Amino acid sequence: MNEFLVNLKINNIPVSVKEGTTILDAAKILNFKIPTLCNHPDLTVAGNCRVCVVEVEGSRLLSASCATPVSEGMEVYTNSEKVRTARKHVIELLLSEHNADCTKCFKNGHCELQDLASEYRIGDHVFIDMVKDRSKLADMSSPSIAKDDSKCIRCQRCVRTCEELQSVSALAVINKGDHQKISTFMNKPMDDVVCTNCGQCINRCPTGALTERTYLEEVWNAINNPSKHVVVQTAPAVRIGLGEDLGYKPGERVTGKMVAALKHIGFDSVLDTDFTADLTIMEEGTELLTRLKKALVEGEKVALPMMTSCSPGWIKFQEHMFPDLLNNLSTCKSPQQMFGALAKTYYARKKGIDPKNMVSVSIMPCTAKKFECNRPEMRDSGYQDVDYVLTTRELAMMVKQAGIDFMKLDDEHYDSIMGEGTGAAVIFGATGGVMEAALRTAYEIVTGREVPFKNLNIMPVRGFEGIKEAKVLINDVKPEWKFLEGVELSVAIAHGLHNANELMKAVREGKVVYHFIEVMGCPGGCLGGGGQPIPTSPEIRQKRASAIYAEDEGLPLRKSHLNPEVALIYKEFLGEPLGHKSHDLLHTHYKVRKRY
Amino acid sequence: MSNIETLVKTLVEKHGKTRNSLMPVLQGIVKEERFLSEEAMISVACELDLSAAEVYGTASFYTFLDTVPRGKNVVRICKTISCHMKGKDEIIEALENALKVKVGETTSDKKFTLLTANCLGWCHKGPVMLVNDAVYPEITPQKAIEVIEDYVKNTK
Amino acid sequence: MENKVLKRVDYIFQESSVVEVIELITKTFKKTPDDIILDVIDSGLRGRGGAGFPTGLKWRFAKNEDSPVKYVICNADEGEPGTFKDREILETVASKVLAGMCICGHSIGAKEGFIYLRGEYNYLLPHLSKVTDDFNNQLKTKNIDFTVYIKSGSGAYICGEESALFESMEGKRGEPRNKPPYPTISGYNAKPTVINNVETLVYAYMICKMGVEKFKELGTKDSRGSKVFSVSGDTPNAGIFELELGMPLKDFVQDFGDGDTKAVQVGGASGHCVPRKHFNETIIGFEGIPTGGSMMIFNSSRSMYNVLHDYLEFFTEESCGQCTPCRVGCQQLLKGIEAVKKGERKPQYLDELKKLSATMKVAAKCGLGQSVANPFNSIIDNFREEIIY
Repeated sequence: MNEFLVNLKINNIPVSVKEGTTILDAAKILNFKIPTLCNHPDLTVAGNCRVCVVEVEGSRLLSASCATPVSEGMEVYTNSEKVRTARKHVIELLLSEHNADCTKCFKNGHCELQDLASEYRIGDHVFIDMVKDRSKLADMSSPSIAKDDSKCIRCQRCVRTCEELQSVSALAVINKGDHQKISTFMNKPMDDVVCTNCGQCINRCPTGALTERTYLEEVWNAINNPSKHVVVQTAPAVRIGLGEDLGYKPGERVTGKMVAALKHIGFDSVLDTDFTADLTIMEEGTELLTRLKKALVEGEKVALPMMTSCSPGWIKFQEHMFPDLLNNLSTCKSPQQMFGALAKTYYARKKGIDPKNMVSVSIMPCTAKKFECNRPEMRDSGYQDVDYVLTTRELAMMVKQAGIDFMKLDDEHYDSIMGEGTGAAVIFGATGGVMEAALRTAYEIVTGREVPFKNLNIMPVRGFEGIKEAKVLINDVKPEWKFLEGVELSVAIAHGLHNANELMKAVREGKVVYHFIEVMGCPGGCLGGGGQPIPTSPEIRQKRASAIYAEDEGLPLRKSHLNPEVALIYKEFLGEPLGHKSHDLLHTHYKVRKRY
Repeated sequence: MSNIETLVKTLVEKHGKTRNSLMPVLQGIVKEERFLSEEAMISVACELDLSAAEVYGTASFYTFLDTVPRGKNVVRICKTISCHMKGKDEIIEALENALKVKVGETTSDKKFTLLTANCLGWCHKGPVMLVNDAVYPEITPQKAIEVIEDYVKNTK
Repeated sequence: MENKVLKRVDYIFQESSVVEVIELITKTFKKTPDDIILDVIDSGLRGRGGAGFPTGLKWRFAKNEDSPVKYVICNADEGEPGTFKDREILETVASKVLAGMCICGHSIGAKEGFIYLRGEYNYLLPHLSKVTDDFNNQLKTKNIDFTVYIKSGSGAYICGEESALFESMEGKRGEPRNKPPYPTISGYNAKPTVINNVETLVYAYMICKMGVEKFKELGTKDSRGSKVFSVSGDTPNAGIFELELGMPLKDFVQDFGDGDTKAVQVGGASGHCVPRKHFNETIIGFEGIPTGGSMMIFNSSRSMYNVLHDYLEFFTEESCGQCTPCRVGCQQLLKGIEAVKKGERKPQYLDELKKLSATMKVAAKCGLGQSVANPFNSIIDNFREEIIY
């Protein structure tokens, strides 16, 4: 054991912790809760809100417990009079520059500042009101993210998120002193900067300064309009996240209850994005094999490695940052948009509904999907393919508004058609999942055998390592795939745009050679998406991932090509993967966006 | 390539392509242009591989790295205590009248911008005025106007 | 407490050519780095920027760090209202500053030094660059591996805070860092760094030149040596003066006041305001009221409300804005006294504000926010009526 233990006392109770531990973490071991605002488990230490200050014996100054490492013999007091006074002052000061119109705030009841104000019984306003932007309306230019500076407490979590986790830095701290604030380049509106709409800032904003653009009322109106047929699709990661906002601990699967709740709420048809996730595997797998064939057999110059295109945050990132690699992106639309295009064509025809009377809603763990459904390319059905996107959090709000006792619901099944999904589709919700699903299918198509991994679980592509690599040797292929005989398929997976950025730089510089790359814009993949319940942390995301893989193992079908509805749609409607109809409805193109 | 891009390229070549060069590069632009235009900041971001927001965030922290258009000559009057006591208000008034602008504004011919500044380090010889980098201690309203007239003459 | 009388000294501004200082450097380098550091410790020299950390100890901490790259930084971001001595030092005896940096570099094992010069002093650059180039070249001819570079600030008071200064040199916003780690462990570019005030470096040089004993002859046990003072305000003798440390404020006022002195602000905007009734018992030095050199004199014609208002406006604008107590606290103190003055708040509100300033003193992230309480409390306590009416 090379680790040094440091002995200290917190509130007179001795504790020994590893060298380098912060006072905050040492106090946690003793179950002393120290309030924090700027601190976040996913981010570097800032130490700027000062709400976590504690008294250290012998020091004139209070110490920010999040930023101060323990030292031998230290005596810490987390609730002395000096600490309490300072802490209350800090909260009061923050409130004096915070637009505390709590009852009107989207984050009412989910606000860390509100919680602290309530905990410390901060009632009358001691200090002078300093809210600067009260009269200024929030920036609603983005279809995904609302930014209200009057609610901002300058903790800089969003800035660190945008920089450290996402390598985007659309948000930055600007000015100094009393003019300091969080803003964009030259204070431009959010829809005019490099923001990818990933919503990771929303997941970490302690107040209502950054929230999703909500479309709850629009969806309720559609449901309540008898002339509209409202279909809803639910993304894979919603079923393992939704419970957190409705009384469950992280990692609980609530698929059946979610479906039941959606039916109670009044959607005409409750369908599954998993269906188009499976369809994506057919289209994207075929696209990959086609590109490989062109490269290996015909010697044609095709863009390799091919890169996945399911994550709209990642797509916009690529359009801004690596426009030279846009041809590497799969032309497949995301499962949400494939679903949207098919809902108002295939589904409408089968059900005998005029698509103009349809409203297509999707429940996503994602805020970038709100932007994606508004892209002009996404109208191949002749209408806007997906009308409204709600986050997992917004769905939880709908459930509550509808007065549904979620925990007491009996499980129900998705409707048909387009309600069937395999385990391969469910794992789309975790980083590495698309890759695993693709390999399960592609390997089998090419060799006629199951992937050579125990129980179909391709462990090398799972887990939260920033960039993962795997190699799969293809041999004993079927005659029609003989050009792949002996090829070692080389793949990589990145999650979170910081990792994507690193990987793309390596690809651009030719430092790495892969056939296929999966990228998800958010840390952990969609399970850590910008629309998922708050809070998030590595532990919470780990539990969600375990739930996803458990859901996969529990399903009778775990390979996309075995999805009977997928087989049916090719037979009845699409013809074949990459066929004419597919091309029209399921594939898209990208545009170069300015980096600055 | 625009003039600004050329200037930025030259500065980056001189100071290096790392984040540590950001300040000298921005300072170099302001020395030539008196302020950082959107185009200039984008160009710097591009050259140093930073986000434009980060460049703007850094620039806007520093009083002398203006991000709004400034005149050919930037006049700064120290407004901190000693200069306040020695009559900076009269200097400002005189200059506002002479230049026909208020503090914070630029003359219509774009020749002068009138600003105030925090302590310029001449408390024993206040009030003090800075025109671009040049310092004018123990200024009077009359002397302040004379200095400005000199700049008018020299810049034609 | 030792009783000193006001005594003028002339160490700092004695001219020294680059050749002379290089001679002294080569002579000094006959000693081991440890011995040089011991001398500086023994001299009792404390930082002249205001905080007063023992200079020799700082050097020793940096020397003890095992790192192939270390830095010496001369903090010439003099921005404290009422302070202008570093400008004068750099204008007249830059060679001694450079020599102090070189001696420090040799002692701690640093090969590079930087002068961070505030943007307001840009006009000094041509002269300073010339002296520095000359100095660097002559070091080369003596085979001394040390080079000094100049970096400029761009108008931000907070960059005088050492870790904010590093951030600025690294091309970022000048936001102070969390401490620990301290600069001697992780400073500029995360390398061990000694950062000293301009004047401190000259005294370090002077100690090597005249010997520890001579330096120690001046000052008191806690405040060895002399110090350069920046005198301004209501005085017929405004300017820069090198005086022995440990003098009573009474003597100072007698020499520098205009006969009607009502208060002296010792240590600049972030220092303490001493009213007439305390002149007798106030000692200028680390045992009494420490100062980076600023002595601002106010006579009875001055409104102390205006003085405090100016200070608070200054801090409100110059706070980096990252930590809550400083960003919002400064604004609240400023708006608070305005509200009391206008009668929008009761005079008792000043007591709430004093409690707030006490919080800022212990909970702000860096020295800026921590020291706003100094002028605030000392002015409110001594001139309460002037604030209210």
